[in-house]
Amino acid sequence: MFSFFLKRIGVVIPTFIGVTLLTFSLIRLIPGDPVELMAGERGVDPARHAQLLAEMGLDKPLLVQYWNYLTGIFQGDLGTSLVTREPVLREFFTLFPATLELGACAIVIAVLVGLPAGIIAAVRRGKVTDYTVMGLSLTGYSMPIFWWGLLLILLFSVGLGWTPVSGRISALFWVDEVTGFMLIDAFLSDEKGALLSALHHLVLPSIVLATIPLAVIARMTRSAMLEVLREDYVQVARAKGLAMPLVICVHALRNALIPVITVIGLQVGVLMAGAILTETIFSWPGIGKWLLDSIHRRDYPSVQGGILLVSCVVILVNLTVDIFYGVVNPRIRHNR
Amino acid sequence: MKKMLTRLLLVLVMLSIAGFAQAKTLVYCSEGSPEGFNPIFYTAGTTFDATAKNIFEGLTHFIRGTTEIEPGMAESWDVSADGKVYTFKLRKGVKFHSAKHFTPSRDMNADDVIFTFERQWKKDHPFHKVSGGSYEYFEGMSMPDLLSSIEKVDDYTVKFVLNRPEAPMLANLAMDFAVIASAEYADAMMKAGTPEKIDQWPIGTGPFVFEGYKKDAQIRYTANKDYWKGKAPIDKLVFAITPDASVRYAKLKAGECQVMPYPNPADLAAMKADANINLMEKEGLNVGYLAYNTLMKPFDDVRVRKALNHAINKAAIIDTVFQGAGKPAKNPIPPTIWSYNNATVDDAFDLETAKKLLADAGYPNGFGMKIWAMPVQRPYNPNARRMAEVIQADWAKIGVKAEIVSYEWGEYLKRSKDKDRDGAILLGWTGDNGDPDNFLAVLLGCDGVGGSNRAQWCYQPFEDLIQKAKVVADPKERTKLYEQAQLVFKEQAPWATIAHSVVFEPLSKNVVNYKIDPLGGHIFYGVDLK
Repeated sequence: MFSFFLKRIGVVIPTFIGVTLLTFSLIRLIPGDPVELMAGERGVDPARHAQLLAEMGLDKPLLVQYWNYLTGIFQGDLGTSLVTREPVLREFFTLFPATLELGACAIVIAVLVGLPAGIIAAVRRGKVTDYTVMGLSLTGYSMPIFWWGLLLILLFSVGLGWTPVSGRISALFWVDEVTGFMLIDAFLSDEKGALLSALHHLVLPSIVLATIPLAVIARMTRSAMLEVLREDYVQVARAKGLAMPLVICVHALRNALIPVITVIGLQVGVLMAGAILTETIFSWPGIGKWLLDSIHRRDYPSVQGGILLVSCVVILVNLTVDIFYGVVNPRIRHNR
Repeated sequence: MKKMLTRLLLVLVMLSIAGFAQAKTLVYCSEGSPEGFNPIFYTAGTTFDATAKNIFEGLTHFIRGTTEIEPGMAESWDVSADGKVYTFKLRKGVKFHSAKHFTPSRDMNADDVIFTFERQWKKDHPFHKVSGGSYEYFEGMSMPDLLSSIEKVDDYTVKFVLNRPEAPMLANLAMDFAVIASAEYADAMMKAGTPEKIDQWPIGTGPFVFEGYKKDAQIRYTANKDYWKGKAPIDKLVFAITPDASVRYAKLKAGECQVMPYPNPADLAAMKADANINLMEKEGLNVGYLAYNTLMKPFDDVRVRKALNHAINKAAIIDTVFQGAGKPAKNPIPPTIWSYNNATVDDAFDLETAKKLLADAGYPNGFGMKIWAMPVQRPYNPNARRMAEVIQADWAKIGVKAEIVSYEWGEYLKRSKDKDRDGAILLGWTGDNGDPDNFLAVLLGCDGVGGSNRAQWCYQPFEDLIQKAKVVADPKERTKLYEQAQLVFKEQAPWATIAHSVVFEPLSKNVVNYKIDPLGGHIFYGVDLK
């Protein structure tokens, strides 16, 4: 198990360096000059332009800039935002809990709904339930997030008035930041009704962000289950007279879960990408919206640092998933 | 039991909301997050709304809803006969806000004024480098070249000595970069070893006191009880940061906010029809233009520029691009600015005249050129690509084959300044201070060639007029000079003036006394809730 763990870590390090190189070069490949964007229509004269570039450290050769960036990372310094002048690390960790909270709720919804939906579709293969689940999941998968989010807002928030339109909590509450997780902070605060308001605000964005992973999980669970249900040991279990629910939960599901867990791990990356749109529609103050703003403003340190940290999260989740495989399926652990 | 608990919870929620609602709270769905909390570092309107417009004040003010100047932190002022010395008498009894980490021990005085300007101006000032030390507006308004000295005459008198007369000086001092900061606060934070705190937690003298910021989510203020003009009618002000215009509209409809900026043009008809929404509108302080590069052939010939201007159908642009929310522009300054010359005769849409002028200039069969279309939406141009297409189609009728080009916004701005830039460029301007100089000198003055003067147009008769207007103190004489300058501009046609847009601001019906700021800000002092 330990050598398996080490091998996995060994893959992570080059991936991490690749990410630093990619983010550093990609943001610089996009045309656009942070000084010009800052100055807008007024513009700045060439001398001031050069001075500002020098102050931002952007006048140095690219290799030197990359080296400074890399050495900064190893000292725990991801630089300072060119726009807000705040350390990137501080900005990230101020906003990350909001994304984590939303992402966690979304993945919980996706798993709690997607997994049973996939199982039901597999068990009732070829029946109306199967076609309904598969049809709905295909629709969910192909739904543009932006349109879907606005549709839900118009229906549930504006039309029916059941849910708030956007934000993490009603503007009437001012909850002190203790953990950064609104649900916990609202629970800890003295403000009556804050927790309910925070929960209320989480409903629509979580559903929107969960839609694509839910569809993928449902489809993956269905196909994995179908395969497992055909296996001899499942047939034997059924022949022995075990009740179907027991066969599914005890015998089939555990084996069917392996590809599903891989997909759940991969969906973390999809969630991060979806968070950019979901956070923009629902004015959710997380890192998705922050990254998008930083790209628009050509705020190089924020984009580099933000993407690097998001990549670290995705790498870590996938590493955990890889290790978790071993727990779920001993064959993997021993084969490697 | 469960039912009882739920009911109890609901009652508690209602009570808490009701308790809060007793304090009048206005929620403004702002369009973005402020870059920071000291306006001296930034140039974005979003940042100014969150800071300068509501927390701070300058020596002079713009009267709310207008571009006229009124006394602010300065109660009165004298200008010397040569226009180079401004002596300000400061208002007494003006209190700075308090915060958990700072309680002011004195009223605003001359030390604060000197601190405010010297921090931005003098490189050896102890606060000059704090928080990055980049003062784009102060630099952009040429303040370092303009200022000779700032002297404290006594605690409530400050003298600004200039290197040259500058008629727009009082308007400049009402701008967001010139708001007065507390020198006492700066000293206290320096002693505490956290000088950058003054840029993170704003302490001003304005009508609203900063209470806190949750990044990208909310900014909260309370009304300043000690405000020298009297407490604001509302008790609390909340900026709920909502970047998407459709979502802002949904929030307004759901009653989650009462004021929203920058509505989608497509939503305007529905807003007008909504009985719960008051859609306010005002002509914007802006101009959208098409600048020819007058240094390059064939645009160095005024006949060519005039011909192209005659071949643009502005009425079609107002219909298709502005969807009616704009007015054709004939001058380079909007009609809301004093000295606007209504006598200017616009180049009428007349293809025959255009063809004749082209033939006179030696291009009877037209020529090929480029039109630069901005990649972004701006108040003065909601859809540059569409506008370029309309112009392209119009020009094709006189034999001018225009190719539309565009670049990423930063790149676009950079390349637009090149003296050898090819073709004509779509761009525009929103005024900073309501002074004609802020349009005519910045956009068309000789100093701006290779920079903000995208037509690269340096025409001495025009330059003489605007330079003279800059140093003349008498407003009537300045008006005459600017009126003349507009006629010269029209005759020489370095631009095709396209349109001035209309600014819309939807509010809930229960908001009273809100005024649209012609300078594009969002000011909440004086606003009340029914």
